[in-house]
Amino acid sequence: MAKRVMLIEDEPNIIEAISFILSREGLDVETHADGTTANDRLRARVPDLVILDVMLPGKSGYDILRELREDTATAGVPVLMLTARGQSRDREMAERSGVSAYMTKPFSNAEMLGQVRDLLASAV
Amino acid sequence: MLNTLVAVCSLYVLFLFAIAFAAERAAMRGQARWLRSPLVYTLSLSIYCTAWTFYGAVGSAVRSGFEYLAIYLGPSLALMGWWWILRKLVRIGRTQRLTSVADLISARYGKSNLLAVGVTILAVVGTTPYIALQLQSVTVSFEVFGVGDLFSGQETGYTALWVAAGLALFTVIFGTRNLDANERHNGVVMAIAVEAVVKLCALLAVGIFVVWGLSGGISGTLARIDASPLGEWRIDGGRWTGMIVLSGAAFLCLPRIFQVLVVENDNETHLRTASWAFPLYLGLMSLFVVPIAVTGLELLPAGSNPDLFVLTVPMSQGRDGLAVLSFLGGFSSATSMVIVAAIALSTMVSNHVVMPLFLRYAQSGATVSGDVRHVVLLARRLSIIGVVMLGYLYYRLSGGGAALASIGEVSFAGVAQVLPAMLGGIFWRGGSRIGALTGLTLGFGCWGYTLFLPSFGAGVLLPEAWLLDGPFGIGWLRPQALFGIAGIDPLLHTVFWSLTLNTGGFVLASLASFPGPLERLQGAQFVNVFEHSTGPRRWSGKVAQAEDLMIMAQRIMGARDAQALFEREAQRQGLGGTLPAPTPDFLETLERELAGSVGAATAHAMVGQIVGGMSVSVEELMAVADETAQLMEYSARLEAQSQELARTAAQLREANAKLTRLSVQKDAFLSQISHELRTPMTSIRAFSEILRDTEGLEPEAQNKYASIIHDEAVRLTRLLDDLLDLSVLENGQVNLNLRKGILADVLDRAVAAAAADEHGARVKIWCDPVAGEVWLDTDLDRLSQVFINLVANTRKYCDAAQPQLQIRVRPGARVVIDFIDNGSGLSPEAQDVIFEKFSRVSDQKAGGAGLGLAICRQIMTRLGGEISYLPGQGGAAFRVILPATYAAAAP
Repeated sequence: MAKRVMLIEDEPNIIEAISFILSREGLDVETHADGTTANDRLRARVPDLVILDVMLPGKSGYDILRELREDTATAGVPVLMLTARGQSRDREMAERSGVSAYMTKPFSNAEMLGQVRDLLASAV
Repeated sequence: MLNTLVAVCSLYVLFLFAIAFAAERAAMRGQARWLRSPLVYTLSLSIYCTAWTFYGAVGSAVRSGFEYLAIYLGPSLALMGWWWILRKLVRIGRTQRLTSVADLISARYGKSNLLAVGVTILAVVGTTPYIALQLQSVTVSFEVFGVGDLFSGQETGYTALWVAAGLALFTVIFGTRNLDANERHNGVVMAIAVEAVVKLCALLAVGIFVVWGLSGGISGTLARIDASPLGEWRIDGGRWTGMIVLSGAAFLCLPRIFQVLVVENDNETHLRTASWAFPLYLGLMSLFVVPIAVTGLELLPAGSNPDLFVLTVPMSQGRDGLAVLSFLGGFSSATSMVIVAAIALSTMVSNHVVMPLFLRYAQSGATVSGDVRHVVLLARRLSIIGVVMLGYLYYRLSGGGAALASIGEVSFAGVAQVLPAMLGGIFWRGGSRIGALTGLTLGFGCWGYTLFLPSFGAGVLLPEAWLLDGPFGIGWLRPQALFGIAGIDPLLHTVFWSLTLNTGGFVLASLASFPGPLERLQGAQFVNVFEHSTGPRRWSGKVAQAEDLMIMAQRIMGARDAQALFEREAQRQGLGGTLPAPTPDFLETLERELAGSVGAATAHAMVGQIVGGMSVSVEELMAVADETAQLMEYSARLEAQSQELARTAAQLREANAKLTRLSVQKDAFLSQISHELRTPMTSIRAFSEILRDTEGLEPEAQNKYASIIHDEAVRLTRLLDDLLDLSVLENGQVNLNLRKGILADVLDRAVAAAAADEHGARVKIWCDPVAGEVWLDTDLDRLSQVFINLVANTRKYCDAAQPQLQIRVRPGARVVIDFIDNGSGLSPEAQDVIFEKFSRVSDQKAGGAGLGLAICRQIMTRLGGEISYLPGQGGAAFRVILPATYAAAAP
């Protein structure tokens, strides 16, 4: 059974690119452009991996991450955080918040795939 | 004979020196008790009896019968009847530490130095004839012995000058030996008391000789008196009253009397003794006047100077020894008067004239006590010499011819002008400075005009015509017949008018003026002196508590300094431990140390409080208030400085906060730019890798991905363009390309440009036709850029089903262009931020980085206009305003 990845990202072009890359690898990708709707869906059906953008309309990536970790059902889900802000402060903040992995945009597709594979493997 | 006389004089003077010196020594050893007995006090008052009374009484008796008695009756009545006035004067003098008549008047009327100077001048002018009189009498009596002709009494040499110089020397030596705050001169007072005895003995000896030696006893003398014209009582009632009043008044006001009566007094109870003993002394002095006069008239040739009968009667009888004794009596009378008068006047002159001037022109010296001490002593000495020499000058100027008695009368009348201000000052709280000044000026002026100036003789200082017909022929201003009242005795005339004008002026001006606070305080102090002070109290260090002093000193100087001072002083006193005995020396030192911190007056008051020997006077309180005011001013300055510091600190904090804010803004800006750049680059990189790595990608997908890459690249480019544009605009490096054009053309171009962008909805645009008539003189391209932005925003963000944009134009000095669409508009929060950088309101994929309106605002600022959101228009509305300078009229 295909592993399910939930992608929470607001840039349509980036959603399309990541969906294409992951689908090509045989993963099941569910996308959400809005943090609020994504949260409900997460609880309804816990995915194997969450890819989370930091800057989202409505709710920031960190807020979503915190709620995710506070809920026992979703606390163990690996989270790959994406950010377009490259400053060291942002990196530190992400590491402290309890993400499983962290990537700065732009990234190479191979790099992204490698991270996703590692996280899915470690979660099993 | 002359040589003998000179020798006797010299010996006598040496004797006086010795007495004065011994008294000073005794006083310094603290054995001043016997020096300060009521007897010495009473005898010292005898300086009232000068050469005028010694010699002149007989002359006066010859000329005017018993009138000379009035001169004695005045002060006797004053002492007996006005005992309470004198007591009050003495009490005030002690509590206020008065040094002279001028000091009294000045202190009473609010420490007015003007008054002090006025009284000083009055005293100097009034006393100068009197000193001249003494010099004249001594000179004349010398001549009686020196010149063969016993009965002429004309001066031929410079005897007067020598006498003046000798007296000045004595006064300088004993009058300024030390500088005592109380101005007491033990040596001088003692010498004067001795002189009082000498002159009384001399006069009594001559009288006894005349009565029992020449007239054969009392009955013979009475027979002689009955036989002579003197026996007829020729008493002019008015003149008698006038003389009694005048001499009584003068007794209170004469500077030399004030000196011994008030300044040199150290025990109020002495007045009680003096009130009967001094009239007794005067009675003895006057006892033999008539017998001597009668005998002189009988024995001596007609035309002899009756003023010299006291000398010439014994001489004519070959009694040279008695004559020399008599001479010594006259000499004593003259010298004691000159000495005390010189001391009193020099105190006034140096305290009220010289020192104020010195302090004004040598401000630096004022705080160094040692320096000022020397200056004060020098001023005193020079003043003494000046006063005596002024007397000598008057003597030379007046020709020395006038009868002794009349010179004395002139002097008395002058000095008496102080009386209204003095009595008014100590009995009437309403008396004011202006009143005293007015009264003194009127009285003094009247005296000078009607008596003093005419006393030099007609034509000397006043033109003869003035005396006869009045100044400029104004009859009622004749000096000796003011207001047309002629025929009165000149002295009486002067006394009446001067005292009337003086008192009237004083009372009226006092009532009309309002006294200052210090005047009122001093007035209360003077008038109610018996309530404000207790009986005689001496400074006493015994009751001082060294510990209390220590506690106070610690409070003011700080514990360490105070302890060091006390230990040092204790060691100097040879005491072990840390507390010195509160000796006057130590108290003085402590006061000086404290004064450095709290000011002299406060220090004095504090030490006085603890030592308990002294109450705090109003003067001291005022000085304390002054110092407090200075301290307050100082602390106000400090406060101002600290406020200044606080302001600077606040400014620094503000600047710091601003920098922090800017730094945060810069970080946020960089973060935003990073985000805006990385987001399109992410898509570009991802899709280009997909295109490169994915084999067998469908052509549609290939096309789609390529166009995404293209769009994102365009978006990147636009972002970079905007950033550069904004940067240029913000840094003010923009070059404006000013051109003339019509607003409608610019709007059309903008609408067309905005429509060229395929993104966004179609918008129906209505443009105000007025725009076609508005000419602009501005950078048309930049303005167009703003318009394009606004139109494009409508296209991107207007949420109406059929978007419409109205462009309204209002021409005028400032052209107003409103862009209003029919969408739902912006929320108030959004309105606040839309002109900030990266402030995208919605997150629709509008493709903008949120820099458009920020750029528009920058452009409008550069063009001298403004752009703002226009709330309350239904849809989103922006208002662009161009200033007058760019809204050119049609050419």
